[in-house]
Amino acid sequence: MSYDERTVVTRVERLTLRDLRLWVRKGWVKPMEGMAGPLFDEVDVARICLLRDLKTDMSISADALPLVLSLIDRLNQTRRELQCLQRALEGQPDTVQQQIIARYAALHEDPE
Amino acid sequence: MSDDPYKVLGVAKKASQDEIKKAYRKLAKKLHPDLHPGDADKKAEFQAVSAAYEILGNAEKRSRFDTGEIDAKGHERPERDFYHQYAGQQRARRYDPGAGTGGAEDFSDLFSDLFGQRARGGQGGFRQEFHARGSDAHYHLDVDFLDAAKGAGRRVTMPDGNRMEVTIPAGIRDGQTLRLRGKGGPGFGDGPPGDALVTVTILPHPLFTRAGDNVEIELPITFDEAVLGTKVDVPTISGTVAMTVPKGTSSGDRLRLKGRGLPITKGGKGDQIVRLRIVLPDKIDARMEDLAKEWRKHVKTDPRQKLRRTTT
Repeated sequence: MSYDERTVVTRVERLTLRDLRLWVRKGWVKPMEGMAGPLFDEVDVARICLLRDLKTDMSISADALPLVLSLIDRLNQTRRELQCLQRALEGQPDTVQQQIIARYAALHEDPE
Repeated sequence: MSDDPYKVLGVAKKASQDEIKKAYRKLAKKLHPDLHPGDADKKAEFQAVSAAYEILGNAEKRSRFDTGEIDAKGHERPERDFYHQYAGQQRARRYDPGAGTGGAEDFSDLFSDLFGQRARGGQGGFRQEFHARGSDAHYHLDVDFLDAAKGAGRRVTMPDGNRMEVTIPAGIRDGQTLRLRGKGGPGFGDGPPGDALVTVTILPHPLFTRAGDNVEIELPITFDEAVLGTKVDVPTISGTVAMTVPKGTSSGDRLRLKGRGLPITKGGKGDQIVRLRIVLPDKIDARMEDLAKEWRKHVKTDPRQKLRRTTT
């Protein structure tokens, strides 16, 4: 499912077309290119809501917004990598899993 | 969790709108679920805070709440999707730091750190030996019904100014994605370039509609053609075809033109379904009226017989 600019502005409360276009221009939102303008999917819409929260509810300034956003992106990327790693571990035999858990716990106790 | 929105936001009953806004901002920064992905407690707290601010943040709603006109319940926002719920998906990778220049690098970094490859990297080091496939580029394309049905080649100009030849296979479905190998972002090192993914939307046609592998069309006929039968020219997606309408057809009858539909992936073709519709002239002249009156005298069929039997 994808939405054009106008649909997104009506769907997301307190969002202006001006902000939306600015965020796309800055590369903070990356819609698909349709024949009649940009098209946004659910990932984009959720991200637009987040940007609006950051700007409106938390009054993050335009200067600080890219910094906050890049930290959030990094956090999500790390989370996905950890999930990926977890799935890779789940595919291992029990003994291997136990060894990794034990080692992990030991490192937690004493990082040195 | 307290039901009192003042307590939820931690402000006094006499707080100014400004103080309420400040309190909300402070809590939003502390609790926003996208800053704490996976933390259910913080999410619940954030939703309570949002609901409280929904009331107190609006001076009019706040006074209605103060006078007891509305209560704190029933103003909670509907369950909302937060960004991090999507960010775990593969398609959200376009937002990875360095995406477009390849997020894979960071991923490999994690593993090289984990398994100590960097230390054993030798002279060239790890980075120089790094090869990765380029990122995929996503595009969208509107296609005419007939182009989608019969297949077509289209020259498309991409946002970056590159022109690209896209072959639309016959019988493509609405929403289907075409993968153009090697037309995405450039690769790293010896890595191959990524792909261009083109999502196709099929534009509606004034005559034809699609039903699975079949094409449907509505064909208007006159009442004499319906009574006596006739031969008519019917448009299909592959040109006009002569079709026999048998004697005594009714509105809504469906005729099948075998093999005139859309190509089926397994081979062969679907059919074209022709829905007949009897159309009377705009003005009924005297002779037609006479004809109907004459007909009524001796014909006793009742097309609504079944209808009556099932309703009474």
